Amino acid sequence: MKNQVHIPPYLAAELRLPTNGLDYTILAIYFAVVLGIGFAARRSVKTSLDFFLSGRSLPAWITGLAFISANLAATEILGMAANSAQYGAYTVHWYWIGAIPAMVFLGLVMMPFYYGSKVRSVPEMLLLRFDKAAHLLSSILFAFAAILIAGVNLYALAIVVEALLGWPQWVAIVVAGAFVLAYITLGGLSSAIYNEVLQFFVILAALIPIVVLGLKKVGGWGGLTDKLTASHGANFTTAWGGTGIGSSNPLGANWLTIVLGLGFVLSFGYWTTNFAEVQRALSAKNLSAGQRTPLIAAYPKIFIVFLVMIPGLVAAAIVPGFGTPKSGYQYNDAIPYLMSQLLPNGVLGIAVTGLLAAFMAGMAANVSSFNTVFTNDIWGRYVVRGREDEYYVRFGRLITVIGVCASVGTAFLASSFSNIMSYLQTLFSFFNVPMFVVFIVGMFWKRASTKSGFWGLLAGTVAAMVNYFVIYKKGIIDIPSDQGANFVSAIVGFVAGAVVMVAVSLFTRPKPAEELQGLVYGTTSPGMTEPPSPGDEAWYRRPALLGWGAIVIAAACYIPFSF
Amino acid sequence: MSEFSSPADRPERHGYSEQDVQREVTELEGKSATAARIFDLRRIIGGLFVVYGVIVTVAGIADDQSAIDKAQGVNINLWTGIGMLLLGIFFLAWLKLRPTPPTVPEVTPEDLPDEPGA
Repeated sequence: MKNQVHIPPYLAAELRLPTNGLDYTILAIYFAVVLGIGFAARRSVKTSLDFFLSGRSLPAWITGLAFISANLAATEILGMAANSAQYGAYTVHWYWIGAIPAMVFLGLVMMPFYYGSKVRSVPEMLLLRFDKAAHLLSSILFAFAAILIAGVNLYALAIVVEALLGWPQWVAIVVAGAFVLAYITLGGLSSAIYNEVLQFFVILAALIPIVVLGLKKVGGWGGLTDKLTASHGANFTTAWGGTGIGSSNPLGANWLTIVLGLGFVLSFGYWTTNFAEVQRALSAKNLSAGQRTPLIAAYPKIFIVFLVMIPGLVAAAIVPGFGTPKSGYQYNDAIPYLMSQLLPNGVLGIAVTGLLAAFMAGMAANVSSFNTVFTNDIWGRYVVRGREDEYYVRFGRLITVIGVCASVGTAFLASSFSNIMSYLQTLFSFFNVPMFVVFIVGMFWKRASTKSGFWGLLAGTVAAMVNYFVIYKKGIIDIPSDQGANFVSAIVGFVAGAVVMVAVSLFTRPKPAEELQGLVYGTTSPGMTEPPSPGDEAWYRRPALLGWGAIVIAAACYIPFSF
Repeated sequence: MSEFSSPADRPERHGYSEQDVQREVTELEGKSATAARIFDLRRIIGGLFVVYGVIVTVAGIADDQSAIDKAQGVNINLWTGIGMLLLGIFFLAWLKLRPTPPTVPEVTPEDLPDEPGA
């Protein structure tokens, strides 16, 4: 589950990094390689399937690392470090319960339907299972959200780059936008995915030194927990302390809203129906590789929490009152603060590169899923139908240019209305939830009628918005924090969507059984029964083993944080 | 509604059916060029990390005491550089040991004059 970054109006001025020529050389090499990948991938684009889904031909390790990288955007890294500085070790919930079960569910249960039906996008699946109204509504909302989130990403990048490197905001926005534009327009999804895999390793190389040195500074994990227990209380370094129903904790959530709201509804909504993620799995070369994509991603996801949580905790331990106005730092400053305190030139350049790489990965994932949905699901289906395939490749490139320009526009908009933008981001986090309920009801209940998809989607979205903007913001029910309110809104959206779907289905005709083959649990389609390709029967490539292995490890990780 | 570009080959249904998607995507998969023409990513990751590894390791060797003091007494450039170098070598070795599988030459003569990516 992606955390929302509350965009700060400024970063502390003393965060300016002492970068030198060595650091800039490292950064320049990276930008050159990013462009090179775009140019080299260009020759692999021949059909629209190549441009939008890499010809469904990539190996699982590549799509799996791209899957995790698309999630590991800088808003996630800075946001989760901020979360840890503010709420403590509760951050692990976003990973172990808020990501792993959903990723495994996507791989084991949903991928056979997604991949086997050969759909090119998540909305296209809704077109097959439900009708055009559900398809068009979800496509338009998704396209709009993708551009908005890409813009918010760009704006967040501009703030960080301005604080750390001293570039004016508009320079950072235009430079990052231009690079993402260039490599996606040239090489399409292959270029985006290849860059994401590269970014994954650069991001790790950036975060690991920060974590190691941060721990050394506070005297190891033991020293860290001692300091935090003294300053923030014993619950700060536990996962479940103070989450009993009725007891209070900084997160403003209890174990029930954590498990249901975050672990089930929000997380499944994000991981299983957000096309920016699912697109990576759809570009895999066969069903087995498609299933393994989220499962391979689950293993790094289990451990990445330590790389983002520890810097947040270290910052909270060494700066008294970190994040509060009197310290001069905001929660989002945790990682930049440690970079400026601990990293010498050289590794500093790697860390700056990793941070920029993470911003670009987040933006590129949104842009590459936006151009696919806009071209295939909106333009090619409802506006200009039946043209030759080359036309749609050209249109895809054009809409990428338009999409990037629009996100540069939203980035500038965000700079003047940063509060509104963070509300909008929250709003779109709800949108995944109704989408998920429509999927899950449609997939497991064959009686769900074609009309119920649209109404379930609409009802769920409206209910979650009403809960957040009216009931929570106007204080009708007292929920102690934004995060706590997010969890409750998600549950409300889920229930409302499900109830409306059932009600509409009971009053409308069901879809004929022969049109549900391969779309409803228990049926199969030709694509789901493909024979395994050579090598895929090896035990370590069996999806069930990979999936359950990830669940067991994530559950085991909870043990030291629970007592 | 003018739903179908050629009514003859599309069944009369209320909407777009799974068979349509299956057929369209299978057709495109047949013409797809990604598998045949995409380069091997391991070469790029390996190359970049070897270059980064060398740069950062050399920086570590050349570092003065102030850089080491800043990093809590650890020569972090040296260690990070060695780590990145090893990762780069791992990818290049993997590429060497399990080279890119040769793809079935699917390129027919009339495909050849294609503008790449046009």
